[in-house]
Amino acid sequence: MPSPVKFPGLSKVDQDRVEEVGIDLGMTNRCGSYLQMDQDIVQSECSQQGIEVLSFKKAMEKYDGMKEYTWQAVSPEKDDITRYVAAQKEPKGYVIIAHKGSNNILPIQACLYLGREEIQHVHNIIVAEEGAELHIISGCTSGAHVGKGGAHYGISEFFVRKDAKISFTMIHNWSENIEVFPRSASIVEDNGVFLSNYVCMQPVKKIQMYPTATLKGVNSVARFSSVVISTPGSYMDLGSRAILEGVGASAELITRAITKGGTIISRGHINGKTAGTRGHLECKGLILKDGVIYAIPEIEGSVVGTELSHEAAVGKLARDEIEYLMSRGLDEDEATATIIRGFLDVKIAGLPEALQRQIDASIDVAEKAGF
Amino acid sequence: MLQIEDLHVKIGEKEVLHDINLHIEEGETHVLLGPNGSGKTSLLMTIMGFANYTITEGKILFKGEDVTTMKAHERAKRGIGMLFQRPPTISGLKLGKMLTAISRSKEDNIPEMARSVHMDTFLERDINKGFSGGEIKRSEVLQLMIQNPDFVMLDEPESGVDLENISLIGTAIGSLLEKDKYLIKRKKSGLVITHTGYILDYLDADKGHVMCDGEIKCHGNPREILKDIKQRGYKECLECRHQ
Repeated sequence: MPSPVKFPGLSKVDQDRVEEVGIDLGMTNRCGSYLQMDQDIVQSECSQQGIEVLSFKKAMEKYDGMKEYTWQAVSPEKDDITRYVAAQKEPKGYVIIAHKGSNNILPIQACLYLGREEIQHVHNIIVAEEGAELHIISGCTSGAHVGKGGAHYGISEFFVRKDAKISFTMIHNWSENIEVFPRSASIVEDNGVFLSNYVCMQPVKKIQMYPTATLKGVNSVARFSSVVISTPGSYMDLGSRAILEGVGASAELITRAITKGGTIISRGHINGKTAGTRGHLECKGLILKDGVIYAIPEIEGSVVGTELSHEAAVGKLARDEIEYLMSRGLDEDEATATIIRGFLDVKIAGLPEALQRQIDASIDVAEKAGF
Repeated sequence: MLQIEDLHVKIGEKEVLHDINLHIEEGETHVLLGPNGSGKTSLLMTIMGFANYTITEGKILFKGEDVTTMKAHERAKRGIGMLFQRPPTISGLKLGKMLTAISRSKEDNIPEMARSVHMDTFLERDINKGFSGGEIKRSEVLQLMIQNPDFVMLDEPESGVDLENISLIGTAIGSLLEKDKYLIKRKKSGLVITHTGYILDYLDADKGHVMCDGEIKCHGNPREILKDIKQRGYKECLECRHQ
């Protein structure tokens, strides 16, 4: 049984924020934890046999520099963010390895908490070896009263080996003065499955990310889902990309975006490079208050036999839907919230129920606050 | 139960209902007939309280209370319910979630009620998304069963529905309107729009009205009116009023 989580010196308000991003402080529904406050590693352990949760440093020592994985999915020269992290003498972050055939029913949680530091940087490597199944919930948040602002630079490299599966559910709850720059990429081998879910219902100054899944393997699968709300002052430049290389590879990229006055750039790119591949990209946006939703769906096919599609729609709440629910007895606010809740309700095929519940709970918090 | 007096209604700048008077007693079911575009659905939407339908004159009394200026949800809470002919599709909102949201009694056994109208396998589906004509109507009936209104308005409950489904829907609506009870014990009232009259086999309607050009022009026995319309069409039916 893993130890309960302890964040030294965290106020009740900030503990609540940590819990709101899916961190189970009691560890009743988690099999492992990696917790990092600013640049300090607070906890790194896993009770599940066959799965290791290590700090980046420990993993480098134990596995001779993790040469097979480090900077193999993300290029250190990609941009200023990757160069910054690559230049660190003491890289922080976690390495999670699900060894061959292992399986965690209870997810592992990773919490990256930004308190005092100007820049929090992490380099994470996640590996599911052949036949392994790995479920991770990553909760990223900052203190409620981070006055001076800050930035989070996060490199994440995922390796889904043959017949393996990784689900990575990331919930963000930053503040109006935090800038966030995740850089992540995954490589998926034969029959591998990579699920990436992203939820951000709270204000953030700026977030920019464009995770990429390269589906190298035969019949490999990637599913990205993003559910986001942008409030005034928030600038969210989000995207996801799937490169279909293996025969029979398929990808689905789903986004639900709501602006209440902020900006959302919703990018998506599927590149079908091999016959027998399939991909679908979907972005639906709701403008509740004047703001920007800019959907840029791209599908690119270069061979006979790849099938790609996309749909994008941006609009307002339909009056006839609101009145329909009102005719059933809901007042206007209840009807509106019920429709928005439905709009955000994306069920992810293959995601464990516990993680789906956690995503739902994050949306519930936003609903209770009146969206 | 429902009393409409001298009602005039506009959509935008156009008056669509003129001087409507209608009185439906407790336990009665009335039928509203009329050609397409005559204003039948507009009348139901106005009674339900949809914002697009502006009442410029007259009033609507429900159980003696003036509901003319009330919003739709206030009318629904007082006991007015409606089966829509073409309800909207709401992406992402599951039928089961909606039923839970509108249920006002902890005793509602939603799965069991859904099973009774063959909708138990639809509870996890988006409302009306990809539903057939019969499924839409069964979904509407199920919502009304949960809502349990005292006054039920039905906008063409049999349109787009096959014969087998008409029987199922008709029986369920009959039950909603307490047609299984003795006349004297019936408390529920209804107003039904129908073109074919098939639904009347299950509803035992009390009075019929014919609407044309936004006016109610004729009243009488619903089956006789329907028979006339089937034989002679609306034109002659309406002319008879002026003889």
